[in-house]
Amino acid sequence: MAVVATPEAQARVERLERIWTERPGLLGWLTTTDHKRIGILYFFTTLAFFAAGGIEALLIRTQLLGPNGQVLDPAAFDQVMSMHGVTMIFLFAVPISTGAFGNYLLPLMIGARDMAFPRLNALSYWLFLCSGLFMYVGLISGNGPGAGWFNYVPLALKAYSPGPGIDYYALGLIFTGISTTATAINFIVTIFKMRAPGMSLNRMPLFCFAFLAVSFALVFALPALSTALIFLELDRLLGFHFYDPVNGGNTILWQHLFWIFGHPEVYIIILPAFGIATSIIPTFTRRRMVAFPLVALAEILVAFIGFGVWAHHMFAVGLSTITDIYFAAASLIIVVPSAIQLFAWITTLVTGRPTFKTPLLWIVGFIVLFVIGGLSGIMFAAIPFDQQLTDTYFVVAHFHYVIFGAAVFPILGGMYYWFPKVTGRMYYERIGQASFWLSFVGMNLTFFPMHIVGLLGMPRRQYTYPSGLGWTGYNLVESIGAYLLAAGLIMVVANLAVSRFRGARVGNDPWGGDTLEWATTSPPPPYNYAVIPKVSSPYAMWDREDREQDALRLAQGRQVLEQGHETPVTTVLDADWDEIVDMPSDSPWPITFALATSGIFAMLITQHFVTAAAFCGLALLVLAAWHNREPQEA
Amino acid sequence: MLCPIRPGDRPAAAPSPPPDSPGALKRTRGPGSAWRRVGWIAPAGAALLLTGCGQQSTLDPRSEPTREIANLWWAMLAASAIVFFGAAFLIFLSWLRRRKEGWPLLGKGDGLSTGLVVGFGIVIPIACLIVLFVFANLDVTKATEAPAQSTTSMTVEVTGRQWFWDVRYPGTGAVTANEIHIPVRTRVNLVARTGDVIHSFWVPQLNRKIDMIPGRTNRILLYADRPGRYRGQCAEFCGFQHAHMAMYVFADPPARFRAWLANAARPSRPALNAQQRRGQQVFLSNACANCHTIAGTPARGGIGPDLTHLQTRTTLAALTIPNRKGWLAGWVLDPQHIKPGNKMPGLNLTGPDFQALLAYLETLR
Repeated sequence: MAVVATPEAQARVERLERIWTERPGLLGWLTTTDHKRIGILYFFTTLAFFAAGGIEALLIRTQLLGPNGQVLDPAAFDQVMSMHGVTMIFLFAVPISTGAFGNYLLPLMIGARDMAFPRLNALSYWLFLCSGLFMYVGLISGNGPGAGWFNYVPLALKAYSPGPGIDYYALGLIFTGISTTATAINFIVTIFKMRAPGMSLNRMPLFCFAFLAVSFALVFALPALSTALIFLELDRLLGFHFYDPVNGGNTILWQHLFWIFGHPEVYIIILPAFGIATSIIPTFTRRRMVAFPLVALAEILVAFIGFGVWAHHMFAVGLSTITDIYFAAASLIIVVPSAIQLFAWITTLVTGRPTFKTPLLWIVGFIVLFVIGGLSGIMFAAIPFDQQLTDTYFVVAHFHYVIFGAAVFPILGGMYYWFPKVTGRMYYERIGQASFWLSFVGMNLTFFPMHIVGLLGMPRRQYTYPSGLGWTGYNLVESIGAYLLAAGLIMVVANLAVSRFRGARVGNDPWGGDTLEWATTSPPPPYNYAVIPKVSSPYAMWDREDREQDALRLAQGRQVLEQGHETPVTTVLDADWDEIVDMPSDSPWPITFALATSGIFAMLITQHFVTAAAFCGLALLVLAAWHNREPQEA
Repeated sequence: MLCPIRPGDRPAAAPSPPPDSPGALKRTRGPGSAWRRVGWIAPAGAALLLTGCGQQSTLDPRSEPTREIANLWWAMLAASAIVFFGAAFLIFLSWLRRRKEGWPLLGKGDGLSTGLVVGFGIVIPIACLIVLFVFANLDVTKATEAPAQSTTSMTVEVTGRQWFWDVRYPGTGAVTANEIHIPVRTRVNLVARTGDVIHSFWVPQLNRKIDMIPGRTNRILLYADRPGRYRGQCAEFCGFQHAHMAMYVFADPPARFRAWLANAARPSRPALNAQQRRGQQVFLSNACANCHTIAGTPARGGIGPDLTHLQTRTTLAALTIPNRKGWLAGWVLDPQHIKPGNKMPGLNLTGPDFQALLAYLETLR
């Protein structure tokens, strides 16, 4: 939409630019409420945490390279191992898909000018950043959590973990949870109310269905985690007995609460990746997704059924047989929506005319890895097999195939796919393909042998292992694979970093993409679309007539909304015009509120409860200031 | 072939095998029973997987429950291989036909593709999953459930502690640690409890794992259909030395087991020479007795393993090091070097006292 036909249209675009452009410089980034800039902040922050989690992974693999490794002592290993899990799940996988991809792309895909609550969105980011740093302060000061990412009690209670490590974990995750909940609510309202007129729910891209499902899952899953963590901190800091078996507490309560959150969390991690896959596949096969309604339904069903399977993490606990059987059955049922999606992707690939460029390569790799991870997942719904192989490296293999293969691969593919949109430049294709193959080989070398050592009886989370049990050779291969994988990932980052400055400049739509974000300029302007786009199918970008009409309406001044900082709001189901709302512009309050909240958590960890209360008061004052001023008139 | 316990930087020697060691078993072991039951996939898989010692391998089952689980695994692997190669073939097909639309032979109708998604994404998976559910969760599960009391002929109580296994034989007074003896081909009722955090009792060749959870008593069948030594390990992360919380189960011929149990049930022998008596005094007057029990002496500590018959065990510190005099001396002097984070402090003993203590510990047979 950079090319403007008439002087009137030119004037309108200039007016929009004036209204929507934020403050320049560092201050602009600190006070931004633009979903794209927040998305970019999320992207770099989560990438930094990914690097930290990756370094932790390499430390683990170096320690386990051979028997009786001496790189890490048990205390260091436990902290590194715990923070690897916490980082990859809470500080990378979820926030990069929701915070970076969702934030940047979702409003663009639905033709909105921003998220429904731009300042809340900024708050989510600053809370996320502060909570991540909070947990890393723990690790760097030698007080990382040492009880694993699922932190079972009583090991995590004061009696067995006396240092503040577990408090960094528990308070840090409560902290992150606030951010994630805010993000999820923001997505739900954005998806329901901010879609461009005409984009009824059934015309919404599958990417958005995935994010809708994820957001609902987050809203319902996080309270279980927060509850579990608050109980834990009450036990640890104030001497309560929720989990203390000696005083009538129950250690299994933690496991239930944690996994009621923890299993939906798995789908929370992979569903956005499925959304990315369903964006990339149609573009590169030049055909619409096969069985679109089934796939949309499957995405919702996965998120829903995901809440009924948690106790399959607990088959070795000795619950009653009937309980085990119920959860095994539910765990098998959830295979079906995944199978629908899998087969829909494959069918689309076969019946379309795929061009195997880098983004599609990552998606094809993802499909292969997801088949492996899915099949080993099904095996864990066989109770006796689960009871034999749970807590071994077989599980480690399984969930890395699912999380690394089925979530991180699409995320990496998505980075390549949307790179031209975000930067206006193209990456280097051959290096992109090489980075894929290197990562794919490294990934399989790292994680496939873990199946075998698991079957050979190697439990997970050992800081060392003896020789002579048949594990040595496989562990060596795993460690070599991990270094290759790291090299592949560094290649991805290097490719994108160099391309950002040296890549060939591209137009709005280098791929012939199917969804709306390809209609606007690369990178998109602060207001996203000069004219509110017209939508009549889920493949809005392939409806050429609609896009020509958009240009026409810009010239005529219809649905441009250049009189203020405005965006339309539409009805939930049919996306009919509802009203026009003023959007808040940049604000210093989200970051201030996040800093006050950090003060609360910092005082809680040092057990200065009165000062913590003072920071609560400060946070309330900030909230009052936040709500004192209505959005500015333009 | 023996599995050295802690090689590497130490001058480790493998522990001497007990008289009924599975050394002979190792040489006669075939590719495993799974191979006989599941036909053609097993050879390749077995060749790949059964390398190494195998004494903690789920694929080298030595009891009915683990055999059923291993068969379940091979069956699931076979089915998974079909699915995987089917999917891989379709992806390859999409690359072969990257310039053509639609299916080979079948054409390109959208209804056809949706029908295929329904068939392969819903109907076939549901059919397969029902078969798996009935086979695995209704049939095989029975083999791994807690045994009915009437079907077992003896009980062993194992309590997981950071980081060793306390083993008791109710009704006999026999107590040991980390090395469980059971009679071969006998259904043993294993009672699993914990003394601190959650542990998980797991001897992969004999049965699935069972968690040891505070406030709960779990039970599992322990059965070995051949005499031998089976390695097990804690399977639930339990802190610093989770890695060094291993155990052996010795399945002994019945006579040998009865002899072992009779000895284990006796208090320690009192006939001591002067040096050994001095050693006993060292033991009782130092911190040792606060944590360890030696039946027949005033040492009644309950924090560390029972030492009444220390010398009948082949290893120390839950299989961390062999139970030899040199190793024992190293352990007593600096346990934190060998197993960092464990609860035993190093003893600040002078030469004669230390030698006397070792001499006394040598008598605990």
